[in-house]
Amino acid sequence: MTDIIWAAIFVLVAPVIGGLIAGIDRKITAHMQGRVGPSVFQPFYDVGKLFEKESAVVDESQVFYAICYVIFMMFTGALFFGGGDLLLVIFALTLSQVFLVLGAYAANSPYSHVGAERELLQIMAYEPMVILTVVGLYAATRSFNVWEIASSAVPVVLIIPGIFLGFLYTLTIKLRKSPFDLSTSHHAHQEIVKGVTTEYSGPSLALIEITHWYETILLLGFLFLFFGWYPLLGVIAVIMLYLLEILIDNTNARVRWQFAVKSSWLIAVIVGVANLAALYFLGGGVA
Amino acid sequence: MTYLAKSPWIIHYDASSCNGCDIEILACLTPMYDVERFGIINTGNPKHADIFVVTGSVNEANREVILNIYNQMPDPKVVVAVGICACSGGVFRECYNVAGGIDKLIPVDVYVPGCAARPESIIDGIVTALGILEEKRSKMPVTPRRPDFREHVEYHHQDKHRHTGGAQ
Repeated sequence: MTDIIWAAIFVLVAPVIGGLIAGIDRKITAHMQGRVGPSVFQPFYDVGKLFEKESAVVDESQVFYAICYVIFMMFTGALFFGGGDLLLVIFALTLSQVFLVLGAYAANSPYSHVGAERELLQIMAYEPMVILTVVGLYAATRSFNVWEIASSAVPVVLIIPGIFLGFLYTLTIKLRKSPFDLSTSHHAHQEIVKGVTTEYSGPSLALIEITHWYETILLLGFLFLFFGWYPLLGVIAVIMLYLLEILIDNTNARVRWQFAVKSSWLIAVIVGVANLAALYFLGGGVA
Repeated sequence: MTYLAKSPWIIHYDASSCNGCDIEILACLTPMYDVERFGIINTGNPKHADIFVVTGSVNEANREVILNIYNQMPDPKVVVAVGICACSGGVFRECYNVAGGIDKLIPVDVYVPGCAARPESIIDGIVTALGILEEKRSKMPVTPRRPDFREHVEYHHQDKHRHTGGAQ
């Protein structure tokens, strides 16, 4: 029963917290650039505004894909916070990303298609590391269950530091932060960078925005798993790491997709696989 | 409760401006003026935009581009003509290839004169546009989805202002 309650709490509360995090992100970014910046509630105003706008889409199926994107992100988060299986969580997460890509492909627009292709490349870039993260969490705690990992007495981050660093690297891609904001970005960048969201407007764009809030909370929850043995440290670490992501966002220029794919695979191999190998040979082994 | 006035997103198009007004528009985004305080974002995508900011005058080369951007913007939307060239054609009004201000082609809601328009007056113009945006929203039909949103502005001044060419 508690799992359903937690899942319901996630579905209801995550957009509120996620939106606030997005607002604080914009405020901190503005201060870093010597500006005053918008209100911390600005993301809510933006989404409210988008719901007031006319829905002008090229292809009706785009709206369907946007709705699927939200629903599967909610499903992923509900599985995660409801104490589901971590493997199922990452597969559901990938499925929801696939709907975003399909939505971008649905419109016959070159910008949208470039965005979709870049989104696919990003998925290709981070997916190996995400799977290694789940394997690493299992190796450390002997469980795929989210609640068991979170409440495990094992200091997970000390056992799999390499995998933790690798996950941090891919987190920048997943949060669409600056060196890797290839397919779309939260900032007012122009050019090709509006990518996957180019052909969305009004309510369907608002849905995509809300999905990003859900995703942020889900990813921060993922980060917390590394610190489950000491919850207070976990909360502090999650906050500090998000601030680090904002700093990275503001101090890095966008890289080319080749670098994004190569570097994240290289890191997955070097720190991820090396960490697992070390565990296997030194510390009792990976089942 | 309406959120339109709290989150106006802008698309900026340089029609045939000398770049003077464009630089002033970009100056609005700098830490000095920081229009993001008001939730204003320069989107670069007409489908995300609420306010169309145009600088420079209409000529034969950019006529279709202006119409295209305008027609791609979802309702409610407003047009702000920034700089005297966008308002009336300015010093280029008499040129053989210039049709005149932006209002020769699409309905303009706010005129911000000046050569170049100051950032203060541009911000003032956009804040004025917010009121008009609200007004347009209240007049919007309950079923906002039009079957074909691309075709609702025609070339309504096309022949009247097309000057025949020839070097002068």
